[in-house]
Amino acid sequence: MITEEKSYSTSGGRIKDTLFSFFRFFLEHRTIIVLILLVAIVGYLIPSFLTLNNILNVFRQVSITGIVAVGMTFVIITGGIDISVGSIVALSGVVAALAMQSGISIPISIILALLAGIGVGSLNGLIIAYGRVMAFVATLGTMYLIRGLTLIIAKGQAIWDLPDSFVLIGTGYFFGIPIPVIIALLIYLIGHILLNYFTYGRYTLAVGGDEESARLCGVAVKRIKLLTYMLCGLLSAVAGVVLAARLGSGQPSVGTGYELTAIAAAVIGGNSLSGGKGTVFGTLIGALILGVVSNALNLWGVASFWQTIIAGCIILIAVLADTLRNGKS
Amino acid sequence: MMSPEGTNGRYTIVKMENITKRFGGICAVDDVSLNLYKGEVLALVGDNGAGKSTLVKVLSGAYIADEGSIFINGEKAHIENPMDARKLGVETIYQHLALMDNLDIPSNIFMGRELRSNKILGSLGMMNLRDMQNNAVDLLDEFDISVGDINREVKQLSGGQRQLVAISRAVYFKAQVIIMDEPTAALGVAETSKVYEFINKLKRSGIAILVISHNINEVYEIADRFMVLKTGKLVGVKQKEETDIDEIVTMIISGRSK
Repeated sequence: MITEEKSYSTSGGRIKDTLFSFFRFFLEHRTIIVLILLVAIVGYLIPSFLTLNNILNVFRQVSITGIVAVGMTFVIITGGIDISVGSIVALSGVVAALAMQSGISIPISIILALLAGIGVGSLNGLIIAYGRVMAFVATLGTMYLIRGLTLIIAKGQAIWDLPDSFVLIGTGYFFGIPIPVIIALLIYLIGHILLNYFTYGRYTLAVGGDEESARLCGVAVKRIKLLTYMLCGLLSAVAGVVLAARLGSGQPSVGTGYELTAIAAAVIGGNSLSGGKGTVFGTLIGALILGVVSNALNLWGVASFWQTIIAGCIILIAVLADTLRNGKS
Repeated sequence: MMSPEGTNGRYTIVKMENITKRFGGICAVDDVSLNLYKGEVLALVGDNGAGKSTLVKVLSGAYIADEGSIFINGEKAHIENPMDARKLGVETIYQHLALMDNLDIPSNIFMGRELRSNKILGSLGMMNLRDMQNNAVDLLDEFDISVGDINREVKQLSGGQRQLVAISRAVYFKAQVIIMDEPTAALGVAETSKVYEFINKLKRSGIAILVISHNINEVYEIADRFMVLKTGKLVGVKQKEETDIDEIVTMIISGRSK
């Protein structure tokens, strides 16, 4: 028979086996275990952490970069990267604000903003999939390009005086839950379904795992890549609209560093930057870990410089755990 | 020039007539004809550069022939890309198998041809995961292929298991002709015999198999017929009963048929 099974038949091996399987269980579910431990420890040390208000606060803080992180997850699964997301966030916010200022209705303004995001995503996708340019370099280019464009169309200034019903998208509540949180959770749910139940999601995994084999199996590799950057652009634009609503203005300089937060959430959530592996749920956990840590340090009154250091350490630990797990399997 | 042996009452699935394929000034395949019968294993042998891969790629749709025509089940076939070939029931098992190591067995078997849900969302690409899972299990059971947990990543399978998964994928999609490129080159003795066993089952079910190899020892046991090429030209075709391994080797090296 061709099956290979490792067996630990000796009595000494049984303990080792138990320890090993425990260790493996921990590695498999490390992100959720870490989040639960983190919440328990912080909740024990700071009683005000586990209040409903504060928990909702954490969710609201991570909701906007969290939306971007879903798009980033799909990009990372195909083996790519998109560092232009922060610029798309600013562009879409400014487009929505300018449209509303010029008297266009709110829904149409939002659609225009989302189309702007899809447009930038298509540009990224075309350059990467059809122009065969490395994703990092291509999106580095569009990151600068779109930031400059956004500053020009906004004339370098924030656009204020947005309609109240638009601002409600960022500041309102629905059954006591902030609307940005509801939007973010819906997007995570849709992302999860798209990745696991639709051919598109499976093809992103195939493209990230082995592009050539996927092509030989009839997967339209270039089209999948294009669609993925379009999706990432769309979700960045959703985040941009929500952010503009929350700030009550379209600001051309927001969103810098969002690409790194989104990548960090994906990586902490167990997605491999080499592609072919990842879950949307993992990214959600990763985003929440970052949010909880930042919130706890705020409650403790720790300076923001230290928060950056701690975020860096978490990313390094996450990557090391991933390497360790791959070594064991 | 037609292939020398008669039809001897056997059903011809593939007939390639006077195929010529040039790359620049080099004639990779020079006026070669090939017949492939139902339920046989034809070994296409020759040294590197003999043209065997090129000839097969014309059939699998990777190349388009400059001259000559292909008939499948007696009808003229227009094969311009791998999808055309697949639709005509010609499946290719590539040397590196075209498996996605990061995905499980059902995902690999159905890659690019997923079963859709019959609800409205199916047209948007919603998959019928349960049917794919069940069909994959049934398929492997049918051919007695044991892989342990079917939802393991293909990466964790042995070389032989991977080969069997790749072949069963072709079978699932109703292949009439399966092309295999050096199928056992990377396998040990036990795994090779497992793959041969599978190929024999396929033969009995009427599938025609075209095996390419540059090593006659590797395919001698499994093949029913041998077709020898050298520098793009047909050297000869031999039925296994009328030849032996030494004669084939001589044909490969000398480029002449007795």
